[in-house]
Amino acid sequence: MTNLNPILEARQINAWFGGTQAIRDISISAQPNTVTALIGPSGCGKSTFIRCLNRMHEEVPGASVKGQVLLSGSNIYDGGVDPVSVRRKIGMVFQKPNPFPALSVAENVAVGLRLAGISKRSVLNETVEKSLRQAALWEEVKDKLRSPGTSLSGGQQQRLCIARALAVSPPVLLMDEPTSALDPISTARIEELLNELKKQVTVVIVTHNMQQAARISDRTAFFLLGEMVEFDETATIFTNPKDRRTEHYITGRFG
Amino acid sequence: MELPQTLSMSAVSSTLGIFERKKKRDVHLGDRIFFWVLRLLAIGVMLLLLGITLNLLRVSFPIFSKFGLSYFVTNTWNPVTEKFGAGAFIYGTVVSSLIALVISVPISIGVSVFLTELAPRRLAEAVGFLVEMLAAIPSVVYGLWGIFVLAPWLRTTLQPALASTFGFLPLFQGPPYGIGMLTAGIILAIMISPTISAICREVFKAISLQQREAALALGATRWETISLAVLKSSASGIFGAVILGLGRALGETMAVTMVIGNRADISASLFAPGQTMASVIANEYAEATSDMHLAALSAVGLALFLVSFLINSSARFLVWRATRKSKGARA
Repeated sequence: MTNLNPILEARQINAWFGGTQAIRDISISAQPNTVTALIGPSGCGKSTFIRCLNRMHEEVPGASVKGQVLLSGSNIYDGGVDPVSVRRKIGMVFQKPNPFPALSVAENVAVGLRLAGISKRSVLNETVEKSLRQAALWEEVKDKLRSPGTSLSGGQQQRLCIARALAVSPPVLLMDEPTSALDPISTARIEELLNELKKQVTVVIVTHNMQQAARISDRTAFFLLGEMVEFDETATIFTNPKDRRTEHYITGRFG
Repeated sequence: MELPQTLSMSAVSSTLGIFERKKKRDVHLGDRIFFWVLRLLAIGVMLLLLGITLNLLRVSFPIFSKFGLSYFVTNTWNPVTEKFGAGAFIYGTVVSSLIALVISVPISIGVSVFLTELAPRRLAEAVGFLVEMLAAIPSVVYGLWGIFVLAPWLRTTLQPALASTFGFLPLFQGPPYGIGMLTAGIILAIMISPTISAICREVFKAISLQQREAALALGATRWETISLAVLKSSASGIFGAVILGLGRALGETMAVTMVIGNRADISASLFAPGQTMASVIANEYAEATSDMHLAALSAVGLALFLVSFLINSSARFLVWRATRKSKGARA
């Protein structure tokens, strides 16, 4: 896979919390319908970086970003761009499942469409079912669409959050350690799901679980101390890394 | 003699293994005393409530035997001819508290949203402290401020303006006295705002950052994030805050007595003077000489007690139902 036509491309991203620089000059690109994994030890800046990709980083008080992120060639950090419109195109799933407790299962999925101004019942119902099917949750919740989103189990809640993010059909989906709060069976279900999802969206996923990165991703970036050490085909990273630090990390010498 | 005893001891220790034999109950005497003291205190609180109710009933009994339950709906108050009816006071309490809620609830929620969601942290702390200071001002000081500052301003500025804009409504007709139902409602609104906004702020703070991020990441604007992640999830908490504020407004005595005008009358106009249950008791108790007058005031007290009790218990019920619904669904 070459950088022929990346859908998402980050160029020279630097990010700060107040005066502290968290990440330094990070550039990656992702081809359409691929999964890109970001791995590295805790505190290496991988979560900060993924939050720069949909302008969530700047919501932290005192935080700032420099650099470019191109989505299909348009810079999301361009001066005139409304961050709200960026986040509608680049969805995000968080570490802890966070469905809205005041909303039902169906309302949770439909909420993104409602925010986009769509209120036609038939469209909403259709999208709710489609998104829940995409998230492999439909069969489990089709009889409790009206119960609160928080009434589901942890793994179901996380798939509900995936469905919620998919409902607005974003071309890119960011996932920040989406399985770290889940049990192994729920984790396996989400990993399976990712294989299906990448037919429709491009996924960038942060994981602290190297086996997970090896299983699900096409390309892997290894982060260390706020810098990106290596970014290559997943197979290459795990079998034949170029950098000694990558090798040390994946062989478990630190991290 | 000694031999069987040691035998039985060893038998016991063999069945209990490494554990000690359970001690007889009175060995833990401290526990039992503690338990009984707490139990007596808890019963004492209930007895106190019962005692107050019974005493109010006893003292006000002559009123109910003479006027029956119509005492609560009739609207005559004449200590000289001993004709009594508490309708005007119940009306005054309800209306002044409603005015207070209508003014205070949006302001308090707005202030809490601003302080928790929008204001820089330093400013939020300073303003939050000032809002809480409002609760520390004695109510008689509010009353004085009401008489000397608020009432003249209402008489010369706000009430004429309301009359000329909304004068077609009966609510804003009649001469602008300055002193009256509206003034009492505004004073009450200021007094209950710290209560409502303090609780709302705690409720909003309890909502996790993840909820707000979920909304933001879906492409919600600032306002949509607040409405979706904060306000919707806090409905029952906001409701509880409003009810606590209402409880304070219903019972507030001094400041209301000073600005409401103290006339036992029901008028559609908010400009007109009125009287509340609390204010009539405060006003007349010292001068009530006849048994009938005392009984009438006690009956007002009973009514105030019952209204507060009903509002608090129905609020508790609603909050309980709301939380049970969300908790039951979670399990």
